Amino acid sequence: MSLSSPSGFFTSSLKHALGWARKFSIFQYPFVTACCGMEYMATNCAHYDQDRFGAGFPRFSPRQSDVLFVVGTISHKMAPVLKTVYDQMCEPKWVVAFGVCTCTGGFYDNYATVMGIDTIIPVDIYIPGCPPRPENVLDGLMKLQDKIQRGEQSRTLYDPHTKKGRPAELQGSYTIENHIKHIESH
Amino acid sequence: MLMTPLQKLQEQFSSQITETHAFRGDETAVIRPEALKAVAQFLKETPELDFNFLMDLSAVDYLFFAGGRIQKPFRFEVVYHFYSLKHNYRIRIKVPVDEKQAEVDSLCDLWASANWYEREVWDMFGIKFKGHPNLKRILMYEEFQGHPLRKDYPYNKRQPLIGPTY
Ligand code: SF4
Repeated sequence: MSLSSPSGFFTSSLKHALGWARKFSIFQYPFVTACCGMEYMATNCAHYDQDRFGAGFPRFSPRQSDVLFVVGTISHKMAPVLKTVYDQMCEPKWVVAFGVCTCTGGFYDNYATVMGIDTIIPVDIYIPGCPPRPENVLDGLMKLQDKIQRGEQSRTLYDPHTKKGRPAELQGSYTIENHIKHIESH
Repeated sequence: MLMTPLQKLQEQFSSQITETHAFRGDETAVIRPEALKAVAQFLKETPELDFNFLMDLSAVDYLFFAGGRIQKPFRFEVVYHFYSLKHNYRIRIKVPVDEKQAEVDSLCDLWASANWYEREVWDMFGIKFKGHPNLKRILMYEEFQGHPLRKDYPYNKRQPLIGPTY
C-alpha cells in the first residue's frame, strides 16, 4: 500500500466508495404496466418505506435514473417501448424484474404476453410473486444493493431455446399443459 | 297490455327474426344479417323504445363449440347489447356471420361507441364491418398476422415484435 504505485490502492477503494454511494442513491424508473404496481406503491409508501434504502425517489425520465423497475405484465406490443427506455438509460444501469409476469411470463401463456423480460433486456434481480409482498421487494432491493456494491451488472439475455441465462429456480414455467397435469394429479 | 321491446321488435320485423329468447325480462333476438341496420335504426329511433346506449358489442366463434359436438350452420355470431336510459330497457341482438363472408353492417353512424367495439371485433375475430370509417387493429399491432380469438388460432402462438420467437 504505497502511494508510489497508486493503481492498486486507489482504484479498489474508489470502486468501493463509488459502489457505496451508488447503492444508497438509487434513482429508479418505475415502468408500471399492471397490477404489481399496487404492491410497488405499497413498498414505496410510508409503511414499508423504500426511502430507508435510499431508493425513494422515482424519476420518470430514463436519462436520470439508474435502476429500471419493470413492474407488471409486458405485452409484445409494449416490448419495443421497454427496450427503448432501457437503451435510453445512461450507464451504469440495473434492471429489476418485479413480479412473476416480468420474470417468466407467469401464468400467461398466450399470444399477447412476453414470456419474461429477460428475453429482451438483461435482468439483474428477479422478484417473483403474483404480486410479490413488500418484504419480498425489499429483500430484492437489498440484493440489488449488494450487487451494486460489488460493481456487477447483468449483460446476458435469456435464450428460450437453450434455456440459458435465467436462474434455475425460475425454469419450468407455467404452461396450460402443466397446469392440467397438476390438476389431474390431485 | 304493455308490450316488451322484444314484442315490439317481433311485431315490426317478424320475417327477419329467426329465433327469440326471453327469461325474466332478459330478452334476445337472433336476426338475419341483412336486417341489422333496419333493426338497429328501429330500436334507436322509435320513441317508446329509445335504445340510446350501445353497451357492448362482441362476437362468438362457434368453431369446436361444445367440444365439436354441436355444429352450427354459421361460424360466428356478433352480439349487441342495447340499453335505453329513458325506459330502463335492455335487449340483446345476435347476428349470425358466415366464415367465408365475415362481414356485417357497421353501426358507427347510429352509435359512435360502435367505432372502437367494431375495431376490437375485427382485430380479435377478423369480422369486417361494412361502412366503418377506420377499420384497423385496436389492440394488436399492425404486424400481427391472424386474429387471436378465433378458435383455430393456436393459443400460445407468439409473434413478437422484438426478441426471440419461441
Ligand atoms: S405478477 Fe401477478 S400481480 Fe404482478 S403483474 Fe403479473 S399478474 Fe399482476
